Amino acid sequence: MAKTVLQSSNINKSFKDPIVVPVLKDISFSVDQGEFVSVTGKSGCGKSTLLYILSTMDTDYEGDLRIDGNLMRGKTESELARIRNEKIGFVFQFHYLLNEFTVLKNVMLPGLKLQKYSEAEVEHRAMEHLKTLGIETLALKKANQLSGGEKQRVAISRALINDPLIIMGDEPTGNLDKKNSDIVFDIFKQLCEEFKQTLLIVTHDQSFAENTHRIIEMEDGRIISN
Amino acid sequence: MNLKLIADIAKSLLMARWRQSLVAAIGVTFSITMFIALLGFMNGLNDLLDGLILNRTPHVRLFNEIKPNPNQPINLSNDFQGGHNFIQSIKSSGGRLEIHNGGAILAALKVDPRVLGISPKISSQVLYNSGTIDITGAVSGIDVIAESELFFFKDYIREGEPLDLKNVSNSIILGKGVAEKLLAEIGDVVQVTTSKGDRLPLKVVGKFQSGIADFDKVQSFASIATVQKLLGKPNTYVTDIQIKLKDLNTAPSVAKEYAKIFQADAEDIQTANSQFSTGSFVRTLISYSVGIVLLIVAGFGIYNILNMMIYEKMDTIAILKATGFSGSDVRKIFLGIALSIGLLGGLLGLVFGFSLSLIIDQIPFNTAALPTIKTYPVNYNPKFYIIGIVFSLFTTYLAGFFPARKASKIDPVIIIRGK
Repeated sequence: MAKTVLQSSNINKSFKDPIVVPVLKDISFSVDQGEFVSVTGKSGCGKSTLLYILSTMDTDYEGDLRIDGNLMRGKTESELARIRNEKIGFVFQFHYLLNEFTVLKNVMLPGLKLQKYSEAEVEHRAMEHLKTLGIETLALKKANQLSGGEKQRVAISRALINDPLIIMGDEPTGNLDKKNSDIVFDIFKQLCEEFKQTLLIVTHDQSFAENTHRIIEMEDGRIISN
Repeated sequence: MNLKLIADIAKSLLMARWRQSLVAAIGVTFSITMFIALLGFMNGLNDLLDGLILNRTPHVRLFNEIKPNPNQPINLSNDFQGGHNFIQSIKSSGGRLEIHNGGAILAALKVDPRVLGISPKISSQVLYNSGTIDITGAVSGIDVIAESELFFFKDYIREGEPLDLKNVSNSIILGKGVAEKLLAEIGDVVQVTTSKGDRLPLKVVGKFQSGIADFDKVQSFASIATVQKLLGKPNTYVTDIQIKLKDLNTAPSVAKEYAKIFQADAEDIQTANSQFSTGSFVRTLISYSVGIVLLIVAGFGIYNILNMMIYEKMDTIAILKATGFSGSDVRKIFLGIALSIGLLGGLLGLVFGFSLSLIIDQIPFNTAALPTIKTYPVNYNPKFYIIGIVFSLFTTYLAGFFPARKASKIDPVIIIRGK
């Protein structure tokens, strides 16, 4: 039995402004080490909201969230930041690279923040990740000189820099064409199979979801199939 | 600590918007430049005006005032001790202007550690005789060397050599106004008559100009020995002892103490010239106020630019937070940006302020009242430069504080979701 990386028990969340609207109802599931999980559902079913809770960025919810066995409730903002830095890698729909920096520096930033490795080592590791994803030639370009597909691959490299327990993706292929979507999917698949990387991807792309190990389907704030 | 990384990120954000940052820095530079130039110039003027009076005023002056005796005979009578006595038609007593036991007092003052220097003086009323006209005036007997050291006597000599007062017997340095009335030049002999009717010819060895025209119209200087001779007094006779202290602020208490010990009247500089320090204080206050207002205006500029930068960089802040930078890291980044603008602008401001001061220092400024001044006076006290840089950092810190706090509180979820 593989180690449980992320566990959500009875998570509830409501938007309270202007009237109370429940968006998540009794969400309970867990993700094990090495799993490639996708969360699907129609627009507005709460899947993104769930992801932000799971990523510790949203702390306004009821229920318990455990990452790597640790309860997230009651932690301070900087402790949560540290957990995001160390244990979670992010890939967003809109790549969100920092245009002020080069590609390499973008990848390095979370690593420099963690300070687990020296700057030279972080740089070396960043280059390795870029090589794995086949974009090492772009390393010294500015982030805004890249195409959408390239940016998304850089974002994946950045997510990998601190060897996270889990990579979370919010529609990582939502803004890409078919060809680039396939490239990104193949990278995820490769990470999962070769490096036993745990992945939790929110998507409404059915073909993407069907190729993952496990699909969590949501509707109206509930998990309807797991 | 992550300071290097934070500084690195702050630098990149700053450089990404370098034009705006530059405008903000120029705002600070301008205000610090004006602050430095204004304070330097104002204080230069203050020093000059203070110098006119304060430099030439002893911190404590010992003398004997002509006044009624506070111990009237009735106080000695046992019969009238109980009541309050009213006495009419009291006249001032004495008329003895000499400081009693002057030699001993001088010796005692010389060993007092609080005293920087002393200069004895004799004041005497005279008439300058010019043909048939007598002009009232005053001749002060001074010790030229002590007077030059303590009260900058030399600076006010326009013609002639002050030391001649000591070296040439029966010599006099005339006030500029007196010399003009007497049509006297250096080398001429003027006749001086004392209040007792004694007349003495004195050789003119110099002219002085204090900057206060009324003073120059009556005042002349001679050596102590010459004035003693003029008045027909022995060589222990002095009417004033001028004392310069190491610490000006102790003057009132020292004056009280000396008055008691030496049984003479003692006047301190604060009492004698209170209006001058008030004037200086007000001028300094005005220059500081203007400087600080300028800095506050610059501070608002920085506040605006940082606020704008935060709106522009919402995505960046959100992504930094999502990838593990805490709110306090983000706050430090934006405070770092604000302080870099403040430091850069402030340092440039110091350089420009110094340059502007140098330029002001070159502008000709000739006035008959101020003989030693040829250009506008400027004070280069490093204190202003330190205050300038500290203030530029302080205002930029304040200007950066609120935007930085706002940035630290940005919720990444809203930004990322909002796209």
